[in-house]
Amino acid sequence: MASEQEILSGLAEIINEETGLPTDSVELDKSFTEDLDIDSLSMMTIVVNAEEKFSVRIPDEDVKNLKTVGDAVSYIAQAQG
Amino acid sequence: MGLLEGKRLLITGVLTDRSIAFSAAKLAQEEGAQVVLSSFGRQSKITTTIAKRLPQPAPVVELDVTNEEDLAALPERVREHVDGLDGVLHSIGFAPKTAMGGNFLHTEWSDVATAVQVSAYSLKSLAVAALPLMGSGGSLVGLTFDARVAWPVYDWMGVAKAAFESTARYLARDLGPQGVRVNVVSAGPLRTTAATSIPGFETLEGTWSERSPLGWDVNDASTAGRACVALLSDWFPATTGEMIHVDGGFHAMGS
Repeated sequence: MASEQEILSGLAEIINEETGLPTDSVELDKSFTEDLDIDSLSMMTIVVNAEEKFSVRIPDEDVKNLKTVGDAVSYIAQAQG
Repeated sequence: MGLLEGKRLLITGVLTDRSIAFSAAKLAQEEGAQVVLSSFGRQSKITTTIAKRLPQPAPVVELDVTNEEDLAALPERVREHVDGLDGVLHSIGFAPKTAMGGNFLHTEWSDVATAVQVSAYSLKSLAVAALPLMGSGGSLVGLTFDARVAWPVYDWMGVAKAAFESTARYLARDLGPQGVRVNVVSAGPLRTTAATSIPGFETLEGTWSERSPLGWDVNDASTAGRACVALLSDWFPATTGEMIHVDGGFHAMGS
């Protein structure tokens, strides 16, 4: 089980690989769409890679509720717990 | 011995593990088939990751069904993994947002054309591209959402699916003499990524479960996956140009 900080840095690496955004721009309060400009296909790629990295499942209906990086980190932490 | 022992299949359209195509690929491997997946562009990365969730890892070849170069290169790309094909699953569809969701009267032709090209004409494109790899006894299977009638919100995708179903019948006519069967599975509404991207998809789900004599689970794609596997097997040797309903019996009820 990873800490929230570890999840954040793992997620930042995945986002960096998909979008090229610097990892330090991936902060908890950033919105995926508005701040990071991530489209739905990239979001799907990020989700699938996060599922692999953190050994969790994030169904489509839950992905819709993950507006910010912080939402995703909390979701993954909870799913792992 | 599995239903698909020794069969070599090309399965398109695996995007997530909720895709009907994923279910078909998984069941096909469990029944003894060798599976090659296809994907394209940015989706390929997702398909490659999801492919690892299959019982056996499956290679992913690049195929955009609207790209002539990809279509021409398909036999060569598939032959890197298997020496021929016994079956192909077409699980490809796309319509621009303006073509679905209740905008039927105002959709521009260019958007309709995209929907028809990607969702219907692609069955012909895929069949012709894969034909050099297929011999007698081959099976081409596609996925539809019963386009004999009009549905809420499905709009031009419904029209594209009608063209798709008709394309399957004409392909059955033209590929029959080579021993290749062409059939489609008409599944009830399933909460796949493709389906949930349809604006107002929940209105399609409607009262499906109550009206279907067998009931209907919108979260279980294996019902459609099993039908695909059956049609890809040797157990429908004299069936072609057919649409098999996998919908809990919904289509047969009046109300």
